[in-house]
Amino acid sequence: MEQYYHSVVLEKELCCGCTNCLKRCPTEAIRIRNGKAHILSQRCIDCGECIRVCPHHAKRAHSAPLQEINQYKVKVAIPAPALFGQFNNLDDLDIVLTGLLSIGFDYIYEVSRAAELVSEATRELIRQHKLNKPIISSACPAVVRLIKIRFPELCDNVMPLLAPMEVAAKMARREIIEKTGIDDKDIGVFFITPCPAKVTEIHSPNHADKSAVNGAIAISQIYPQLTAAMDKLQVVEPLSHSGLIGVGWATSGGEAVAMLGDKYLAADGIENVIRVLEELEDEHIRDVEFVELNACSGGCVGGVLTVENPYVAQARIHTLRKFMPVSLNHLDLADLDIMMWDNKLTYDASSFALSGDIFEAMEMMDNLEKIADSLPGLDCGSCGAPTCRALAEDIVRGNARETDCIHKLKKKIQNVYDELTSGL
Amino acid sequence: MSSIHLHYDVSGEDFTRAGEASGLVKKRLKALGYNTDAIRRVAIAMYEAEINMVIHADGGFVDIDIYPDKVEILLSDRGPGIPDVDKAMQAGFSTAPDNVRNLGFGAGMGLPNIKKYTDDMKIDTELGVGTKLYLTVRVNEA
Repeated sequence: MEQYYHSVVLEKELCCGCTNCLKRCPTEAIRIRNGKAHILSQRCIDCGECIRVCPHHAKRAHSAPLQEINQYKVKVAIPAPALFGQFNNLDDLDIVLTGLLSIGFDYIYEVSRAAELVSEATRELIRQHKLNKPIISSACPAVVRLIKIRFPELCDNVMPLLAPMEVAAKMARREIIEKTGIDDKDIGVFFITPCPAKVTEIHSPNHADKSAVNGAIAISQIYPQLTAAMDKLQVVEPLSHSGLIGVGWATSGGEAVAMLGDKYLAADGIENVIRVLEELEDEHIRDVEFVELNACSGGCVGGVLTVENPYVAQARIHTLRKFMPVSLNHLDLADLDIMMWDNKLTYDASSFALSGDIFEAMEMMDNLEKIADSLPGLDCGSCGAPTCRALAEDIVRGNARETDCIHKLKKKIQNVYDELTSGL
Repeated sequence: MSSIHLHYDVSGEDFTRAGEASGLVKKRLKALGYNTDAIRRVAIAMYEAEINMVIHADGGFVDIDIYPDKVEILLSDRGPGIPDVDKAMQAGFSTAPDNVRNLGFGAGMGLPNIKKYTDDMKIDTELGVGTKLYLTVRVNEA
Protein backbone atom coordinates (compact mmCIF):
# COMPACT_ATOMS: atom_id res chain seq x y z
CA MET A 1 0.00 0.00 0.00
CA GLU A 2 1.19 3.48 -0.92
CA GLN A 3 2.10 5.51 2.17
CA TYR A 4 1.05 9.12 2.12
CA TYR A 5 2.69 12.02 3.84
CA HIS A 6 0.19 14.00 5.90
CA SER A 7 0.53 17.52 7.19
CA VAL A 8 -2.25 17.04 9.76
CA VAL A 9 -0.79 15.65 12.97
CA LEU A 10 -1.97 14.87 16.47
CA GLU A 11 -0.62 16.46 19.64
CA LYS A 12 -0.98 13.31 21.70
CA GLU A 13 -0.92 14.87 25.15
CA LEU A 14 -3.75 17.28 24.23
CA CYS A 15 -6.03 14.61 22.77
CA CYS A 16 -8.59 13.35 25.28
CA GLY A 17 -10.12 10.78 22.94
CA CYS A 18 -13.46 12.54 22.50
CA THR A 19 -15.53 12.00 19.36
CA ASN A 20 -15.54 15.49 17.85
CA CYS A 21 -13.04 14.87 15.07
CA LEU A 22 -14.15 11.25 14.68
CA LYS A 23 -17.68 12.28 13.77
CA ARG A 24 -16.71 15.16 11.50
CA CYS A 25 -14.07 13.55 9.33
CA PRO A 26 -15.58 13.51 5.81
CA THR A 27 -13.70 10.38 4.72
CA GLU A 28 -14.08 8.44 8.00
CA ALA A 29 -10.29 8.50 8.33
CA ILE A 30 -10.16 8.83 12.13
CA ARG A 31 -10.38 6.13 14.79
CA ILE A 32 -9.97 6.50 18.53
CA ARG A 33 -7.59 3.80 19.78
CA ASN A 34 -6.47 3.57 23.40
CA GLY A 35 -8.04 6.92 24.14
CA LYS A 36 -6.26 8.84 21.37
CA ALA A 37 -7.23 9.83 17.85
CA HIS A 38 -5.47 8.02 15.02
CA ILE A 39 -5.52 9.03 11.38
CA LEU A 40 -5.87 6.27 8.79
CA SER A 41 -3.21 7.45 6.40
CA GLN A 42 -4.63 6.08 3.17
CA ARG A 43 -7.99 7.81 3.73
CA CYS A 44 -6.94 11.24 5.01
CA ILE A 45 -7.20 14.02 2.43
CA ASP A 46 -5.67 16.73 4.70
CA CYS A 47 -8.82 18.88 4.48
CA GLY A 48 -8.24 20.16 8.01
CA GLU A 49 -11.79 19.60 9.30
CA CYS A 50 -10.41 17.85 12.38
CA ILE A 51 -8.17 20.82 13.15
CA ARG A 52 -11.20 23.08 12.82
CA VAL A 53 -13.47 21.09 15.14
CA CYS A 54 -11.06 19.94 17.87
CA PRO A 55 -11.98 21.87 21.03
CA HIS A 56 -8.69 20.84 22.67
CA HIS A 57 -6.41 22.02 19.85
CA ALA A 58 -4.94 18.55 19.67
CA LYS A 59 -4.79 18.57 15.88
CA ARG A 60 -2.43 20.83 14.04
CA ALA A 61 -0.77 21.17 10.67
CA HIS A 62 2.92 21.00 9.92
CA SER A 63 4.07 24.40 8.84
CA ALA A 64 7.64 25.58 8.40
CA PRO A 65 8.99 28.12 10.90
CA LEU A 66 9.99 31.44 9.32
CA GLN A 67 13.66 30.79 10.14
CA GLU A 68 13.67 27.95 7.64
CA ILE A 69 13.94 30.48 4.81
CA ASN A 70 17.47 31.31 5.98
CA GLN A 71 18.75 28.03 4.55
CA TYR A 72 18.58 29.60 1.10
CA LYS A 73 20.52 32.44 -0.51
CA VAL A 74 17.43 33.85 -2.20
CA LYS A 75 14.28 33.71 -0.11
CA VAL A 76 11.08 33.85 -2.13
CA ALA A 77 7.57 34.31 -0.74
CA ILE A 78 4.63 33.19 -2.83
CA PRO A 79 1.60 34.42 -0.88
CA ALA A 80 -1.84 32.86 -1.44
CA PRO A 81 -4.44 35.44 -2.45
CA ALA A 82 -6.37 34.50 0.72
CA LEU A 83 -3.65 36.38 2.65
CA PHE A 84 -5.00 39.69 1.32
CA GLY A 85 -8.36 39.15 3.02
CA GLN A 86 -6.82 38.94 6.50
CA PHE A 87 -6.23 42.64 7.17
CA ASN A 88 -8.54 45.37 8.34
CA ASN A 89 -8.77 48.48 6.14
CA LEU A 90 -6.26 47.22 3.63
CA ASP A 91 -6.54 49.11 0.37
CA ASP A 92 -3.25 48.25 -1.28
CA LEU A 93 -1.73 44.80 -1.80
CA ASP A 94 1.73 46.38 -1.86
CA ILE A 95 1.57 47.01 1.88
CA VAL A 96 1.31 43.26 2.50
CA LEU A 97 3.97 42.43 -0.07
CA THR A 98 6.43 45.04 1.22
CA GLY A 99 5.71 43.72 4.73
CA LEU A 100 6.81 40.26 3.56
CA LEU A 101 10.09 41.75 2.33
CA SER A 102 10.72 43.41 5.65
CA ILE A 103 10.31 40.16 7.62
CA GLY A 104 13.08 38.50 5.65
CA PHE A 105 12.05 37.64 2.12
CA ASP A 106 14.06 38.88 -0.89
CA TYR A 107 11.56 38.32 -3.62
CA ILE A 108 7.79 38.10 -3.99
CA TYR A 109 5.72 36.38 -6.63
CA GLU A 110 2.00 36.53 -5.88
CA VAL A 111 0.14 33.27 -6.42
CA SER A 112 -2.70 35.39 -7.81
CA ARG A 113 -0.42 36.19 -10.78
CA ALA A 114 -0.07 32.49 -11.52
CA ALA A 115 -3.82 32.06 -11.01
CA GLU A 116 -4.39 34.43 -13.91
CA LEU A 117 -2.08 32.30 -16.06
CA VAL A 118 -3.91 29.13 -15.01
CA SER A 119 -7.26 30.73 -15.85
CA GLU A 120 -5.99 31.68 -19.28
CA ALA A 121 -4.43 28.24 -19.81
CA THR A 122 -7.76 26.61 -18.91
CA ARG A 123 -9.60 28.76 -21.43
CA GLU A 124 -6.98 27.88 -24.03
CA LEU A 125 -7.26 24.13 -23.38
CA ILE A 126 -11.05 24.39 -23.62
CA ARG A 127 -10.66 26.19 -26.94
CA GLN A 128 -8.39 23.39 -28.16
CA HIS A 129 -10.97 20.80 -26.97
CA LYS A 130 -8.32 19.14 -24.82
CA LEU A 131 -10.35 18.81 -21.62
CA ASN A 132 -13.05 16.29 -20.70
CA LYS A 133 -16.31 17.98 -19.73
CA PRO A 134 -17.46 18.71 -17.17
CA ILE A 135 -14.02 20.00 -16.26
CA ILE A 136 -13.24 19.73 -12.56
CA SER A 137 -10.81 22.27 -11.14
CA SER A 138 -7.53 20.86 -9.82
CA ALA A 139 -6.70 23.84 -7.60
CA CYS A 140 -7.80 22.38 -4.23
CA PRO A 141 -5.47 19.48 -3.37
CA ALA A 142 -7.89 18.07 -0.77
CA VAL A 143 -10.52 17.74 -3.49
CA VAL A 144 -8.05 16.16 -5.93
CA ARG A 145 -7.00 13.62 -3.29
CA LEU A 146 -10.66 12.92 -2.51
CA ILE A 147 -11.41 12.19 -6.17
CA LYS A 148 -8.33 9.98 -6.36
CA ILE A 149 -9.48 7.73 -3.51
CA ARG A 150 -13.26 7.84 -3.91
CA PHE A 151 -14.43 8.86 -7.38
CA PRO A 152 -12.79 6.60 -9.98
CA GLU A 153 -14.95 7.68 -12.89
CA LEU A 154 -14.14 11.36 -12.34
CA CYS A 155 -10.34 11.12 -12.39
CA ASP A 156 -10.24 11.91 -16.11
CA ASN A 157 -12.35 15.02 -15.62
CA VAL A 158 -9.89 16.68 -13.28
CA MET A 159 -8.10 19.45 -15.12
CA PRO A 160 -4.49 18.29 -15.71
CA LEU A 161 -3.10 21.76 -15.02
CA LEU A 162 -0.83 22.64 -12.10
CA ALA A 163 -2.40 24.67 -9.32
CA PRO A 164 -1.44 28.37 -9.18
CA MET A 165 0.92 27.72 -6.21
CA GLU A 166 3.07 25.39 -8.29
CA VAL A 167 3.00 27.62 -11.36
CA ALA A 168 3.97 30.62 -9.20
CA ALA A 169 6.99 28.73 -7.84
CA LYS A 170 8.14 27.74 -11.33
CA MET A 171 7.70 31.26 -12.73
CA ALA A 172 9.46 32.85 -9.76
CA ARG A 173 12.43 30.52 -10.12
CA ARG A 174 12.69 31.23 -13.81
CA GLU A 175 12.50 35.02 -13.31
CA ILE A 176 15.16 34.98 -10.60
CA ILE A 177 17.53 32.76 -12.55
CA GLU A 178 17.13 34.94 -15.65
CA LYS A 179 17.78 38.11 -13.65
CA THR A 180 20.62 36.97 -11.41
CA GLY A 181 22.01 33.77 -12.87
CA ILE A 182 21.93 32.23 -9.42
CA ASP A 183 21.82 28.44 -9.03
CA ASP A 184 18.31 26.96 -8.79
CA LYS A 185 19.15 25.10 -5.58
CA ASP A 186 20.03 28.37 -3.83
CA ILE A 187 16.48 29.62 -4.30
CA GLY A 188 14.06 28.81 -1.50
CA VAL A 189 10.41 29.25 -2.45
CA PHE A 190 7.91 29.41 0.42
CA PHE A 191 4.15 29.35 0.05
CA ILE A 192 2.24 31.46 2.56
CA THR A 193 -0.54 28.96 3.06
CA PRO A 194 -4.16 29.12 4.21
CA CYS A 195 -4.50 25.34 4.55
CA PRO A 196 -2.77 22.06 5.43
CA ALA A 197 -3.72 20.39 2.13
CA LYS A 198 -1.25 22.68 0.37
CA VAL A 199 1.47 21.67 2.83
CA THR A 200 0.83 18.05 1.90
CA GLU A 201 0.78 18.94 -1.78
CA ILE A 202 4.30 20.35 -1.47
CA HIS A 203 5.66 17.25 0.27
CA SER A 204 3.89 14.66 -1.82
CA PRO A 205 2.32 16.19 -4.93
CA ASN A 206 -0.67 14.61 -6.67
CA HIS A 207 0.63 15.65 -10.06
CA ALA A 208 4.38 15.20 -10.16
CA ASP A 209 7.29 13.59 -8.38
CA LYS A 210 8.60 16.80 -6.87
CA SER A 211 7.17 20.22 -6.08
CA ALA A 212 8.93 23.46 -7.07
CA VAL A 213 7.98 24.84 -3.64
CA ASN A 214 10.42 24.26 -0.76
CA GLY A 215 8.11 24.82 2.16
CA ALA A 216 4.86 26.28 3.41
CA ILE A 217 4.39 28.78 6.20
CA ALA A 218 0.92 29.11 7.71
CA ILE A 219 -0.76 32.49 7.38
CA SER A 220 -1.70 32.20 11.05
CA GLN A 221 1.93 31.62 11.97
CA ILE A 222 3.48 34.71 10.38
CA TYR A 223 0.44 36.92 10.92
CA PRO A 224 1.64 38.67 14.13
CA GLN A 225 5.11 39.36 12.73
CA LEU A 226 3.73 40.46 9.38
CA THR A 227 1.12 42.88 10.75
CA ALA A 228 3.75 44.42 13.05
CA ALA A 229 6.09 44.88 10.09
CA MET A 230 3.29 46.34 7.95
CA ASP A 231 2.55 48.93 10.64
CA LYS A 232 6.17 50.10 10.66
CA LEU A 233 6.63 50.49 6.90
CA GLN A 234 8.12 53.84 5.83
CA VAL A 235 8.05 53.17 2.11
CA VAL A 236 5.65 50.92 0.25
CA GLU A 237 7.21 49.36 -2.82
CA PRO A 238 5.18 48.82 -5.99
CA LEU A 239 5.42 45.02 -6.04
CA SER A 240 1.95 43.79 -6.88
CA HIS A 241 1.21 42.60 -10.35
CA SER A 242 -2.21 41.00 -9.99
CA GLY A 243 -5.60 41.74 -11.49
CA LEU A 244 -9.02 41.09 -10.06
CA ILE A 245 -9.20 37.65 -11.67
CA GLY A 246 -6.16 36.39 -9.78
CA VAL A 247 -7.12 37.87 -6.42
CA GLY A 248 -10.65 36.51 -6.86
CA TRP A 249 -9.30 32.95 -6.66
CA ALA A 250 -9.17 33.42 -2.89
CA THR A 251 -12.91 32.95 -2.64
CA SER A 252 -15.32 30.32 -3.86
CA GLY A 253 -16.47 31.05 -7.41
CA GLY A 254 -13.43 33.15 -8.27
CA GLU A 255 -11.84 30.55 -10.48
CA ALA A 256 -15.16 29.65 -12.15
CA VAL A 257 -15.96 33.28 -12.97
CA ALA A 258 -12.54 33.58 -14.63
CA MET A 259 -13.66 30.99 -17.21
CA LEU A 260 -15.70 33.87 -18.66
CA GLY A 261 -18.55 31.50 -19.44
CA ASP A 262 -21.86 30.95 -17.70
CA LYS A 263 -22.10 27.16 -17.54
CA TYR A 264 -20.25 26.75 -14.29
CA LEU A 265 -20.86 25.54 -10.78
CA ALA A 266 -18.86 26.45 -7.68
CA ALA A 267 -19.30 24.45 -4.48
CA ASP A 268 -17.48 24.98 -1.19
CA GLY A 269 -17.36 23.16 2.13
CA ILE A 270 -16.26 19.53 2.03
CA GLU A 271 -19.73 18.04 2.58
CA ASN A 272 -21.16 20.08 -0.29
CA VAL A 273 -18.21 19.09 -2.44
CA ILE A 274 -18.86 15.40 -1.79
CA ARG A 275 -22.54 15.82 -2.70
CA VAL A 276 -21.62 17.48 -5.99
CA LEU A 277 -19.06 14.76 -6.79
CA GLU A 278 -21.64 12.04 -6.10
CA GLU A 279 -24.08 13.70 -8.48
CA LEU A 280 -21.41 14.26 -11.13
CA GLU A 281 -20.46 10.60 -10.89
CA ASP A 282 -24.07 9.54 -11.47
CA GLU A 283 -24.32 11.99 -14.39
CA HIS A 284 -27.16 13.88 -12.70
CA ILE A 285 -25.52 17.23 -13.21
CA ARG A 286 -25.86 18.19 -16.84
CA ASP A 287 -25.30 21.39 -18.81
CA VAL A 288 -22.34 22.37 -16.63
CA GLU A 289 -18.97 22.79 -18.28
CA PHE A 290 -16.76 23.83 -15.40
CA VAL A 291 -16.89 22.71 -11.79
CA GLU A 292 -14.96 24.58 -9.11
CA LEU A 293 -14.71 22.74 -5.82
CA ASN A 294 -13.18 24.03 -2.61
CA ALA A 295 -12.91 21.86 0.49
CA CYS A 296 -13.26 24.89 2.78
CA SER A 297 -16.41 26.96 3.24
CA GLY A 298 -16.04 30.22 1.39
CA GLY A 299 -13.06 28.92 -0.61
CA CYS A 300 -9.39 29.36 0.34
CA VAL A 301 -10.24 32.25 2.69
CA GLY A 302 -11.96 29.56 4.80
CA GLY A 303 -8.73 27.61 5.19
CA VAL A 304 -8.02 26.39 8.70
CA LEU A 305 -4.64 28.18 8.81
CA THR A 306 -6.11 31.64 8.21
CA VAL A 307 -6.91 34.05 11.04
CA GLU A 308 -9.99 35.95 9.86
CA ASN A 309 -13.59 34.78 9.62
CA PRO A 310 -13.92 33.56 6.00
CA TYR A 311 -16.93 35.71 5.24
CA VAL A 312 -15.26 38.84 6.52
CA ALA A 313 -12.20 37.95 4.45
CA GLN A 314 -14.45 37.39 1.44
CA ALA A 315 -16.03 40.82 1.82
CA ARG A 316 -12.59 42.43 2.05
CA ILE A 317 -11.41 40.63 -1.07
CA HIS A 318 -14.45 41.98 -2.93
CA THR A 319 -13.65 45.51 -1.82
CA LEU A 320 -9.97 45.16 -2.69
CA ARG A 321 -10.79 43.96 -6.19
CA LYS A 322 -13.00 46.91 -6.94
CA PHE A 323 -10.60 49.14 -8.79
CA MET A 324 -8.23 46.52 -10.07
CA PRO A 325 -7.60 45.81 -13.73
CA VAL A 326 -9.18 42.53 -14.88
CA SER A 327 -5.93 40.65 -15.40
CA LEU A 328 -2.28 41.70 -15.50
CA ASN A 329 -0.72 38.37 -16.42
CA HIS A 330 -1.02 36.87 -19.84
CA LEU A 331 -0.11 33.44 -20.97
CA ASP A 332 2.78 32.82 -23.31
CA LEU A 333 1.53 29.73 -25.17
CA ALA A 334 5.05 28.29 -25.05
CA ASP A 335 4.62 28.02 -21.25
CA LEU A 336 1.52 25.85 -21.50
CA ASP A 337 3.63 22.68 -21.45
CA ILE A 338 5.37 23.45 -18.16
CA MET A 339 2.00 24.16 -16.57
CA MET A 340 0.62 20.69 -17.30
CA TRP A 341 0.67 17.77 -14.86
CA ASP A 342 3.51 15.27 -15.26
CA ASN A 343 1.47 12.37 -13.94
CA LYS A 344 -2.06 11.40 -14.81
CA LEU A 345 -4.51 11.18 -11.91
CA THR A 346 -5.23 7.51 -11.31
CA TYR A 347 -7.78 5.98 -8.98
CA ASP A 348 -6.44 4.37 -5.82
CA ALA A 349 -9.02 1.72 -4.88
CA SER A 350 -7.04 0.56 -1.85
CA SER A 351 -8.36 3.30 0.46
CA PHE A 352 -11.89 1.99 0.63
CA ALA A 353 -11.97 -1.48 -0.95
CA LEU A 354 -12.13 -4.33 1.57
CA SER A 355 -9.71 -6.43 -0.42
CA GLY A 356 -7.93 -6.41 -3.76
CA ASP A 357 -9.49 -9.80 -4.45
CA ILE A 358 -13.18 -9.64 -5.34
CA PHE A 359 -13.96 -13.09 -3.89
CA GLU A 360 -12.35 -12.24 -0.58
CA ALA A 361 -14.03 -8.80 -0.59
CA MET A 362 -17.43 -10.43 -1.09
CA GLU A 363 -16.78 -12.84 1.75
CA MET A 364 -15.82 -9.90 3.98
CA MET A 365 -18.84 -7.85 2.97
CA ASP A 366 -21.21 -10.71 3.73
CA ASN A 367 -19.67 -10.91 7.17
CA LEU A 368 -19.71 -7.11 7.54
CA GLU A 369 -23.45 -6.92 6.79
CA LYS A 370 -24.16 -9.55 9.46
CA ILE A 371 -22.06 -7.74 12.06
CA ALA A 372 -23.57 -4.36 11.13
CA ASP A 373 -27.08 -5.80 11.60
CA SER A 374 -26.13 -7.02 15.07
CA LEU A 375 -24.85 -3.60 16.24
CA PRO A 376 -27.24 -1.11 17.88
CA GLY A 377 -27.08 1.44 15.03
CA LEU A 378 -26.63 4.41 17.37
CA ASP A 379 -23.44 5.62 15.67
CA CYS A 380 -22.36 6.90 19.08
CA GLY A 381 -18.64 6.66 18.37
CA SER A 382 -17.81 5.22 21.79
CA CYS A 383 -16.12 2.20 20.20
CA GLY A 384 -13.69 4.52 18.45
CA ALA A 385 -15.23 4.20 14.99
CA PRO A 386 -17.44 6.96 13.57
CA THR A 387 -20.44 4.72 12.83
CA CYS A 388 -21.65 1.21 13.67
CA ARG A 389 -21.05 0.25 10.06
CA ALA A 390 -17.48 1.57 10.24
CA LEU A 391 -16.93 -0.59 13.34
CA ALA A 392 -18.30 -3.61 11.46
CA GLU A 393 -15.82 -2.84 8.70
CA ASP A 394 -12.96 -2.51 11.17
CA ILE A 395 -13.92 -5.88 12.66
CA VAL A 396 -13.85 -7.71 9.33
CA ARG A 397 -10.53 -6.04 8.54
CA GLY A 398 -9.22 -7.41 11.84
CA ASN A 399 -8.70 -3.98 13.41
CA ALA A 400 -11.41 -4.09 16.09
CA ARG A 401 -13.54 -6.51 18.11
CA GLU A 402 -17.27 -6.75 18.61
CA THR A 403 -16.85 -6.03 22.32
CA ASP A 404 -15.40 -2.61 21.43
CA CYS A 405 -19.10 -1.71 21.16
CA ILE A 406 -19.99 -0.67 24.71
CA HIS A 407 -23.63 -1.58 24.17
CA LYS A 408 -22.73 -5.12 23.12
CA LEU A 409 -20.31 -5.39 26.01
CA LYS A 410 -22.98 -4.20 28.44
CA LYS A 411 -25.36 -6.86 27.14
CA LYS A 412 -22.69 -9.54 27.59
CA ILE A 413 -21.97 -8.44 31.13
CA GLN A 414 -25.70 -8.31 31.84
CA ASN A 415 -26.02 -11.90 30.60
CA VAL A 416 -23.20 -13.06 32.84
CA TYR A 417 -24.72 -11.22 35.79
CA ASP A 418 -28.15 -12.72 35.12
CA GLU A 419 -26.64 -16.19 34.96
CA LEU A 420 -24.73 -15.74 38.19
CA THR A 421 -27.71 -14.35 40.07
CA SER A 422 -30.39 -16.63 38.58
CA GLY A 423 -29.86 -19.23 41.30
CA LEU A 424 -30.17 -16.73 44.14
CA MET B 1 -19.53 -16.92 -1.39
CA SER B 2 -21.25 -16.88 -4.80
CA SER B 3 -23.21 -13.66 -4.45
CA ILE B 4 -24.19 -10.87 -2.11
CA HIS B 5 -27.86 -10.09 -1.85
CA LEU B 6 -29.14 -6.62 -0.96
CA HIS B 7 -32.76 -5.62 -0.52
CA TYR B 8 -34.23 -2.12 -0.29
CA ASP B 9 -37.73 -0.74 0.09
CA VAL B 10 -38.25 2.30 -2.07
CA SER B 11 -40.78 4.63 -0.50
CA GLY B 12 -43.29 6.14 -2.89
CA GLU B 13 -44.32 8.77 -0.41
CA ASP B 14 -41.31 11.00 -0.31
CA PHE B 15 -40.00 11.96 -3.71
CA THR B 16 -36.95 13.65 -2.22
CA ARG B 17 -35.68 10.27 -1.01
CA ALA B 18 -35.67 8.70 -4.47
CA GLY B 19 -32.12 7.70 -5.39
CA GLU B 20 -31.09 6.69 -1.88
CA ALA B 21 -31.01 2.96 -2.64
CA SER B 22 -28.84 3.37 -5.73
CA GLY B 23 -26.48 5.53 -3.69
CA LEU B 24 -26.13 2.78 -1.08
CA VAL B 25 -25.50 0.13 -3.74
CA LYS B 26 -22.77 2.32 -5.24
CA LYS B 27 -21.08 2.52 -1.81
CA ARG B 28 -21.20 -1.27 -1.38
CA LEU B 29 -19.73 -1.85 -4.83
CA LYS B 30 -16.88 0.56 -4.14
CA ALA B 31 -16.15 -1.24 -0.87
CA LEU B 32 -15.89 -4.45 -2.88
CA GLY B 33 -13.31 -2.82 -5.15
CA TYR B 34 -15.71 -3.58 -8.02
CA ASN B 35 -14.94 -2.71 -11.63
CA THR B 36 -15.44 1.07 -11.80
CA ASP B 37 -17.20 1.16 -15.17
CA ALA B 38 -19.71 -1.42 -13.91
CA ILE B 39 -20.27 0.64 -10.74
CA ARG B 40 -21.08 3.69 -12.80
CA ARG B 41 -23.52 1.80 -15.05
CA VAL B 42 -25.27 0.13 -12.10
CA ALA B 43 -25.59 3.46 -10.29
CA ILE B 44 -27.07 5.31 -13.27
CA ALA B 45 -29.43 2.54 -14.43
CA MET B 46 -30.67 1.81 -10.94
CA TYR B 47 -31.17 5.49 -10.18
CA GLU B 48 -33.31 5.98 -13.30
CA ALA B 49 -35.36 2.88 -12.46
CA GLU B 50 -35.77 3.99 -8.85
CA ILE B 51 -37.04 7.40 -9.97
CA ASN B 52 -39.49 5.70 -12.36
CA MET B 53 -40.78 3.55 -9.56
CA VAL B 54 -41.41 6.59 -7.36
CA ILE B 55 -42.99 8.74 -10.07
CA HIS B 56 -45.25 6.11 -11.62
CA ALA B 57 -45.81 3.33 -9.11
CA ASP B 58 -45.71 4.73 -5.57
CA GLY B 59 -42.46 2.94 -4.82
CA GLY B 60 -41.67 -0.75 -4.48
CA PHE B 61 -38.71 -3.05 -3.79
CA VAL B 62 -35.25 -3.45 -5.20
CA ASP B 63 -33.35 -6.71 -4.95
CA ILE B 64 -29.72 -6.74 -5.95
CA ASP B 65 -27.45 -9.72 -6.42
CA ILE B 66 -23.78 -8.94 -6.75
CA TYR B 67 -21.63 -11.62 -8.41
CA PRO B 68 -17.92 -11.29 -9.10
CA ASP B 69 -18.62 -10.81 -12.82
CA LYS B 70 -22.09 -9.23 -12.91
CA VAL B 71 -24.76 -7.38 -10.96
CA GLU B 72 -28.42 -8.39 -11.26
CA ILE B 73 -31.09 -5.92 -10.22
CA LEU B 74 -34.79 -6.63 -9.88
CA LEU B 75 -37.15 -3.70 -9.32
CA SER B 76 -40.70 -4.71 -8.49
CA ASP B 77 -43.69 -2.47 -7.94
CA ARG B 78 -47.44 -2.79 -7.57
CA GLY B 79 -48.13 0.21 -9.77
CA PRO B 80 -50.51 0.63 -12.70
CA GLY B 81 -48.33 -1.28 -15.19
CA ILE B 82 -47.07 0.00 -18.53
CA PRO B 83 -49.80 -0.01 -21.24
CA ASP B 84 -47.41 0.12 -24.20
CA VAL B 85 -43.86 -0.98 -23.48
CA ASP B 86 -42.58 -0.19 -26.99
CA LYS B 87 -43.83 3.35 -26.67
CA ALA B 88 -42.33 3.74 -23.18
CA MET B 89 -38.98 2.69 -24.61
CA GLN B 90 -39.00 5.54 -27.13
CA ALA B 91 -36.67 8.40 -26.29
CA GLY B 92 -38.67 11.45 -25.27
CA PHE B 93 -41.93 9.64 -24.49
CA SER B 94 -43.09 10.38 -20.97
CA THR B 95 -46.25 10.29 -18.91
CA ALA B 96 -44.67 12.00 -15.90
CA PRO B 97 -46.75 14.71 -14.23
CA ASP B 98 -45.72 18.37 -14.36
CA ASN B 99 -44.58 18.59 -10.75
CA VAL B 100 -41.70 16.16 -11.33
CA ARG B 101 -40.90 17.63 -14.74
CA ASN B 102 -40.23 20.88 -12.94
CA LEU B 103 -37.47 19.08 -11.02
CA GLY B 104 -35.81 18.08 -14.27
CA PHE B 105 -37.27 14.58 -14.46
CA GLY B 106 -39.78 13.19 -16.93
CA ALA B 107 -37.74 13.90 -20.06
CA GLY B 108 -38.71 10.50 -21.42
CA MET B 109 -35.15 9.19 -21.15
CA GLY B 110 -35.61 6.84 -18.17
CA LEU B 111 -36.10 3.49 -19.90
CA PRO B 112 -33.92 4.32 -22.93
CA ASN B 113 -31.09 5.30 -20.55
CA ILE B 114 -31.53 2.15 -18.49
CA LYS B 115 -31.25 0.09 -21.67
CA LYS B 116 -28.16 2.01 -22.73
CA TYR B 117 -26.28 1.41 -19.47
CA THR B 118 -27.22 -2.24 -18.88
CA ASP B 119 -26.26 -5.43 -20.73
CA ASP B 120 -29.66 -7.06 -20.31
CA MET B 121 -33.04 -5.58 -19.59
CA LYS B 122 -36.39 -7.34 -19.34
CA ILE B 123 -39.78 -5.84 -18.47
CA ASP B 124 -42.67 -7.90 -17.10
CA THR B 125 -45.67 -5.70 -16.75
CA GLU B 126 -49.38 -6.28 -16.23
CA LEU B 127 -51.98 -3.51 -16.19
CA GLY B 128 -53.38 -2.96 -12.73
CA VAL B 129 -50.98 -5.47 -11.17
CA GLY B 130 -47.51 -4.00 -11.42
CA THR B 131 -44.17 -4.07 -13.16
CA LYS B 132 -41.00 -6.09 -12.73
CA LEU B 133 -37.84 -4.75 -14.28
CA TYR B 134 -34.90 -7.17 -14.56
CA LEU B 135 -31.50 -5.59 -15.21
CA THR B 136 -28.05 -7.10 -15.63
CA VAL B 137 -24.77 -5.21 -15.71
CA ARG B 138 -21.74 -7.34 -16.61
CA VAL B 139 -18.13 -6.54 -15.83
CA ASN B 140 -16.36 -5.86 -19.10
CA GLU B 141 -12.68 -6.35 -18.44
CA ALA B 142 -11.01 -3.87 -20.75
